[in-house]
Amino acid sequence: MTQPIATFINIGERTNVTGSARFKRLILDGDYETALDVARQQVENGAQIIDINMDEAMLDAVDAMQTFLNLIASEPDICKVPVMIDSSKWEVIEAGLKCVQGKAIVNSISLKEGEALFIKQASLIKRYGAATVVMAFDEDGQADTKARKVEICERSYRLLTQTVGFAPEDIIFDPNIFAVATGIEEHNNYAVDFIEATREIRARCPHSHISGGLSNISFSFRGNNPVREAMHSVFLYHAIRAGMDMAIVNAGQLEVYDEIPDKLRDAVEDVILNRRDDATERLLDIAPEFQGDGKAAAKEDLSWRELEVNKRLEHALVKGITDYIIDDTEAARQAADKPLHVIEGPLMDGMNVVGDLFGEGKMFLPQVVKSARVMKKAVAYLQPYIEAEKSDDAKSNGKILLATVKGDVHDIGKNIVGVVLQCNNFEVIDLGVMVPCQTILQTALDEQVDMIGLSGLITPSLDEMVHVAKEMERQDFDLPLLIGGATTSKAHTAVKIEHNYHAPVAYVANASRAVGVCQKLLNRGSREIYAKELEKEYDKVRQQHARKQPRSRPVTLEEARANAFVPDFSTPPPVPNKLGVFPVDADLATLRNYIDWTPFFLTWSLAGKYPRILDDDVVGEQARSLFDDANAMLDEVIASGSLTAKGVIGLFAANRTQDDIEIYQDDSRSEVIGVSHHLRQQTLKKDFANYCLSDFVAPKESGIADYVGAFAVTGGIGEDALAEHYKAAGDDYNAIMVKAVADRLAEAFAEYLHERVRKEYWGYANEEALSNEELIREKYQGIRPAPGYAACPEHTEKQLIWDLLDAEAHTSMTLTESFAMWPGASVSGWYFSHPQCRYFAVAKIQDDQLHDYAQRKGWSTEEAARWLAPNLQDG
Amino acid sequence: MSNTTLTQLRDAAAKRVLVLDGAMGTMIQQHALSEDDYRGEAYADWHCDVKGNNDLLSVTQPELIYQIHCDYLEAGADIIETNTFNATTIAMADYDMQAQSADINRAAARVARRAADEFTAKTPDKPRFVAGVLGPTNRTASISPDVNDPGKRNVSFDELVTAYAESVNALMDGGVDIIMLETIFDTLNAKAAAFAVETVFEERQTRLPVMVSGTITDASGRTLSGQTSEAFYYSMRHINPLSFGLNCALGPDLLRQYVEELSAVSECLVSAHPNAGLPNEFGEYDMEGPEMAAHIGEWAESGLVNIVGGCCGSTPSHIRDIADAVAGKAPRQVPHFAPKMRLAGLEPFVH
Repeated sequence: MTQPIATFINIGERTNVTGSARFKRLILDGDYETALDVARQQVENGAQIIDINMDEAMLDAVDAMQTFLNLIASEPDICKVPVMIDSSKWEVIEAGLKCVQGKAIVNSISLKEGEALFIKQASLIKRYGAATVVMAFDEDGQADTKARKVEICERSYRLLTQTVGFAPEDIIFDPNIFAVATGIEEHNNYAVDFIEATREIRARCPHSHISGGLSNISFSFRGNNPVREAMHSVFLYHAIRAGMDMAIVNAGQLEVYDEIPDKLRDAVEDVILNRRDDATERLLDIAPEFQGDGKAAAKEDLSWRELEVNKRLEHALVKGITDYIIDDTEAARQAADKPLHVIEGPLMDGMNVVGDLFGEGKMFLPQVVKSARVMKKAVAYLQPYIEAEKSDDAKSNGKILLATVKGDVHDIGKNIVGVVLQCNNFEVIDLGVMVPCQTILQTALDEQVDMIGLSGLITPSLDEMVHVAKEMERQDFDLPLLIGGATTSKAHTAVKIEHNYHAPVAYVANASRAVGVCQKLLNRGSREIYAKELEKEYDKVRQQHARKQPRSRPVTLEEARANAFVPDFSTPPPVPNKLGVFPVDADLATLRNYIDWTPFFLTWSLAGKYPRILDDDVVGEQARSLFDDANAMLDEVIASGSLTAKGVIGLFAANRTQDDIEIYQDDSRSEVIGVSHHLRQQTLKKDFANYCLSDFVAPKESGIADYVGAFAVTGGIGEDALAEHYKAAGDDYNAIMVKAVADRLAEAFAEYLHERVRKEYWGYANEEALSNEELIREKYQGIRPAPGYAACPEHTEKQLIWDLLDAEAHTSMTLTESFAMWPGASVSGWYFSHPQCRYFAVAKIQDDQLHDYAQRKGWSTEEAARWLAPNLQDG
Repeated sequence: MSNTTLTQLRDAAAKRVLVLDGAMGTMIQQHALSEDDYRGEAYADWHCDVKGNNDLLSVTQPELIYQIHCDYLEAGADIIETNTFNATTIAMADYDMQAQSADINRAAARVARRAADEFTAKTPDKPRFVAGVLGPTNRTASISPDVNDPGKRNVSFDELVTAYAESVNALMDGGVDIIMLETIFDTLNAKAAAFAVETVFEERQTRLPVMVSGTITDASGRTLSGQTSEAFYYSMRHINPLSFGLNCALGPDLLRQYVEELSAVSECLVSAHPNAGLPNEFGEYDMEGPEMAAHIGEWAESGLVNIVGGCCGSTPSHIRDIADAVAGKAPRQVPHFAPKMRLAGLEPFVH
């Protein structure tokens, strides 16, 4: 049973009278208004679901539940997320279910009072249209051992799916988290029981989920929050890897696993994993050392209001306090020469502090979200003052709307085009990244633009561009459409886009072409002529495309597999020094030495190889000036820390099963935690094999222990903020420079990290000593192919890398719906170590492989065809 | 509905885009009926005005309603909807006719049944079906009637369940093939209707296919109670509907993007029956059949829909044009998705 590491869901716990004294007091006092604020704050701070519990002896819980849910229904900021209706009383749950229009979760039901009641309640929950938490509780009591937990959950699962007809994916098991380190010996294995039971339940009850109330585990350390948080964090670290995918937690009060002092972490880990008989005593011994680092100080302390204004702004940003931000911003504005200086000065300084703290792991994502909100509020306040200072614009040449299409986050090229056009007196409306089709079209109408420019970098964006073109046709647009971005091409524009839309569709190869194209399209007369030219050109391209014979004959998947590459495994594959997932930081000063500069110049449309390009007759001077500016930017971001790099790698036991690679929990290879799917070349090869990345890994049946690695790195933590900062200051050049530099840093990070993996983490090449140039030429053993590129062109495989590495938690990098990585300056991929590994391009595949791949991914053929479009025959 | 009828319905839906009928109110309006016409003989002495109680006409003017059904069947409708949009006890309270609700539902089902059966006999290769309509009622379970008291409600979930259960029983007594929850603007009302439907099915030991159709109120792309179409779908898919779709409020031009959104997520058939455009300043609907049919034909072409028809302002001539426009076009392929927990607040949440 495949069991990838799950994405983890935080359920907000503050709207719970049993868990929050403040919330309880508000509800008892009937102050529902403030109680709503508590709910709102949770959602703003990133709770994806909110748990609501009104079980309090002094309350009419049915009434309180109904009142609160009815009030929430009028608050879109709150009720946009699903609710969890939490009560130990069925009548409260049922009353709650009658108040929510969305699909909620019930927390909870169990077999405590027998099968008949359990089945009745579950049937009703199904009829009300909700998911449910099921406690590991039966007629004999609450399950404490692994065996009991598994037995009860499995029995519940069987009753729910077979007798009630409950959807398995709507079942969330709570196998009971009990306190450990209580001094009672029978309690010592409780955490291990939970973790082991979790693994077993996920395997035996397909599609179900595992949740739990985290705070129980540390009950015996009440009063010592640092130790409690460390216990929560260590417990989650292991439970999530076993398959726990939800928990009711206060996300802002979770210590980062890697940030726990070694001494404390080891002691806590001994307790949680029940590794030694004296674990509890040892933790008790050291616990006082970690007490009282101020984290528990939640009482409002207004002494910071006495600080000078810049420090007050910094404090508000770091703490995420919006209460005084307008007053303080106004005070800063009055003290500053220009309103913009408030942003560039104290506000950016404050955000830099936030960035540093976050980079150092001292702040968590929800807190950073808060800081950004404070910043936004301050900037919004200043905006009218900044606008008022701007001089009137001269009449523009024409109005052009630019957007990176839905699902894609890449915007360097688009931003360059925008700046170039503005320099040529075009008015540019830039809608940014991930822009839905209808927003583009509606804005085009509202703003009466003269043309629309679409950009995108990853292959799924091509489909979205086709969609936009079709929609423009359907909605009777007549505006010219510009197509640009790294994956676009004249051929794709001609074959897939142009014929869908009657008005001119122009492929713009690079920024320097943009002005000419726009000028020709703006004038009605020249537009007609240009449109005819375009049409002729595209016809030619289409004919060429149609004539294009596949360079070599396709072969069947079976034939291709028979001609797979068979590496020499007579020497056993190198064993990594340590298996597991490792977050890696790197300082930018180191990374800059690993930069491959040649693509940087290409970004700015300067072609030539670095360093020769600096002395080039034609572009040399430009290249030198650009190079200086880039280095100045590097100096600046290194000094200010405004750009940070974050990365995570993982090394796993793995073996090949046909074209897939099974990735295992550990070297026992008994538990598969993920399967990476690969594609095989399918054209007739004379002197070569039909390569597939999985060929480089020893097959399972060989019994040879092999390994793969995965990585995700970004050089762009802070790039958006910095770019926006420059943009807001009207400095588009540096806004683009930031992203171009961040992009290089990400690539450099990948190179640097690969070197460290070869030398240290995996450690198969500790003798290696290569110059940067040799690194760029890939003169080392092993490869690091990236999903979305030639050797593994299918983008959704990034999700597996994210799951395996818990990449979002470790680096805050995320994936969009089209599987673009955010921040844009990011690289992710696989590591293969075999000396005979090489890069190759999968290129075109045939229908048999399409079907086979769809089956392996659990997709319909249509879905597979969508993701593999560039690799299909007519793609 | 017997198993053969359900099989016939599924078979037909697998082969082609099915056609629903159009507006009932618009057709009744054309007859300019008087208070006496509405009362008929049965309610000549009723103690308050009943003019405008269109649902009552199934009892007092059954031939008129029968003729409207026939006109739509003649125009090519595969499924006709019973004249019961306001027939729940809750909506009937406007005429003090709560006690007549069951009779009205039953009469409406019977008159539609008669028309459908006659046409099925005429064209056995094109069987016709009757959908028993449950309207939204004129009250909302998740929105307050009083801006100063957002926690207040003028109807409860339980009251809605009682009212809907009575209607479902009467519709089933009258012989409908399908239950259709229509013009849903507050999902909590619809969840109460779904709850009632399931309860009645269980009591009667019979299941009918269920169609669910919501209403996107305006260009915000949300229902009146604030949900996106995807969130709305996740909130209602527990009833395991035959079809899921949208109707009313918007014309086909403005509705398309939401139909497309639903089409991308729904694991059952997709239906759509938009209005004939937006009402003009006289409250009339201007969009002619050919224009409406061009839009809906394009939806079929793009593989977005399985069942299409018209709502406010549409007439048999609109339906004829729509039926022609989708004839021969392949129905949308129903996709399969990996099992995931699909929750919803106002917005969807998939885990």
